[in-house]
Amino acid sequence: MSVLTRRQRADQLDDPDVANSLTREAWRRIRQNPLAIVGGTIIVFFVLIAVFAPMLAPFNPRSNAWFDQIRPTSIPGPSRDHWFGLDEGGRDELSRLIFGARASLMIGVLSLGIGAVAGAFFGLVAGAFGGWVDSLIMRLTDILLAVPSLLLALSVAAVIGQSQTAIVVAVAVPNIPLFARMLRSSMLGERQKDYVTSATSVGVRRRSLVMRHVVPNSLAPMLVQASLALSTAIIDAAALSFLGLGSADPGVPEWGRMLANTTRLLNVAPHLAIFPGVAILITALGFNLFGEAVREALDPKLRR
Amino acid sequence: MSEPLLVVDDLHVTFKIHGGRAVRAVDGVSFAVRAGETVGIVGESGSGKSVTALAILGLLPSRGVTTSGSILLNGQQLLGASEHDMQDVRGRRAAMVFQDPMTSLNPVLTIGRQLTETITRHLGVKRDAARDRAAELLDRVGIPEPRQRLKNYPHQLSGGMRQRVMIAIALASDPALIIADEPTTALDVTIQAQVLELLREVVRESNTALVMITHDLGVIAGICESVNVMYSGRIVESNERHHLFASPRHHYTRGLLASVPRLDGAQGRLVPIPGSPSDVIAWSEGCAFAPRCPAVSDACRGQAPELVSSPEGGTLRCVQPAPVGMPVWSGR
Repeated sequence: MSVLTRRQRADQLDDPDVANSLTREAWRRIRQNPLAIVGGTIIVFFVLIAVFAPMLAPFNPRSNAWFDQIRPTSIPGPSRDHWFGLDEGGRDELSRLIFGARASLMIGVLSLGIGAVAGAFFGLVAGAFGGWVDSLIMRLTDILLAVPSLLLALSVAAVIGQSQTAIVVAVAVPNIPLFARMLRSSMLGERQKDYVTSATSVGVRRRSLVMRHVVPNSLAPMLVQASLALSTAIIDAAALSFLGLGSADPGVPEWGRMLANTTRLLNVAPHLAIFPGVAILITALGFNLFGEAVREALDPKLRR
Repeated sequence: MSEPLLVVDDLHVTFKIHGGRAVRAVDGVSFAVRAGETVGIVGESGSGKSVTALAILGLLPSRGVTTSGSILLNGQQLLGASEHDMQDVRGRRAAMVFQDPMTSLNPVLTIGRQLTETITRHLGVKRDAARDRAAELLDRVGIPEPRQRLKNYPHQLSGGMRQRVMIAIALASDPALIIADEPTTALDVTIQAQVLELLREVVRESNTALVMITHDLGVIAGICESVNVMYSGRIVESNERHHLFASPRHHYTRGLLASVPRLDGAQGRLVPIPGSPSDVIAWSEGCAFAPRCPAVSDACRGQAPELVSSPEGGTLRCVQPAPVGMPVWSGR
């Protein structure tokens, strides 16, 4: 009964501003979206795997105890002992995948988080002050946008050396201008709205006008962008580790590098390409589905 | 009579449009409002009435807008005052109620937050005291169960309720002047009447000066003591409300009256004013209303008429005004 009335009330809200206003409403819409449930389940699944990796992995991911079974022309595939087979170094592929989830998720989330926070900061400063501050920041983001991200990643790696930090920085930096521009433009849009004029007309000071009125109303697109960009960040992180940017220690399992190591062995051991590839794909898909659901929940134009 | 609270004198507001063209949105407007008095500014879209309101509170964008003239609030010059000074004037001494209550409240804050924000800002009281004051204000504007309402978000209230909240916010620190910019336009007729009654009550109880900006002559008739009719950025006629309705002399005023239905049905068909105002020619080539005026003659073109006091009271900007006492609805 109460659920029904709540739903009816939600249907009556056709004012677009209202749709953005209540996080609770957005949550409700996310929970009712099957895409969100599938995506969320996938995300939770991989997060749990990453967190409980030491308990879940059947073997030490660094142990090459089965190296004697590796021949240049044959690498054992899935078996009862090794569900996902062995890799080219005689290590258990499943254990490496499980531990690899840690690196992949952490790098993806961390790099996106840094990119989003730094981008939001610059966007906020640009949107709040306007004028020459705005112009300066926007020209800087133009410069950042003009540099190919791969080139940027390689230069970062050249400067700070081959490490997971290099991947984090390399994925984070290209995200900064995207988030900066997004927050700035939605702030500029919000500043034109009537409620800003009316708050100004009763003497609300500029700082609280920006922080309490404009920014909270400008955050929805940021949230959407962040949840959609997560999957890209994970793929980018895997790609950079595929290109050899990751940890200098080859024993550390990373999905991207696991994939890279097996390119020469595709016809000998296809399972070594399939499993990490599918892991990357499913994780990215999970974040993408969830991000899409967040977008649908927050974007009034897409609401059904 | 007492000194006027607000004196607007020869206010000019010019917008620079892209391409270097300038539009005189407000072109030499003067009027005064005393405490406890309600003055109407009436005109159609683009006549400059809202711009006048925004200029009083310094809410016009700083880029591409030039203003001149004088706006005195209790003797303090508001035109050209620093943003810092204006922030203390807005809300504290003069506040504004806007047209659309649907968009004029912040959708992500509870109305309690939006009310207390203004209260703590201007009265410097603690949170609890501000909440009490907020509930008191909601009660005053006729919102039932004010304590519960404080926790509501704007979308949980109806349009009329929201406009009451807007008025409560404007009243938060007892400003001496309230500017209401089409406060009833977005509301149902029945709600319109309630909101007007509320404003009238506020004026009476707090001796507030009210500037009522509207295109609706019905609103003017219901609430204003004197009326300024604006056309293309200038006041074309102003008078006491009774005189203006009984004996409108400018043909634009008459056109406005003729296009409004009368309850007694004395009018027959409604007569629209032909054409629409033009911002391009305005007053540089004679009377801006000439292209639409039924009584236009050669005297109207070439030189813009001055605003002169008419012997019967009020002021008028017309070279061929309608005779005194001629009713509107027997043909113009």
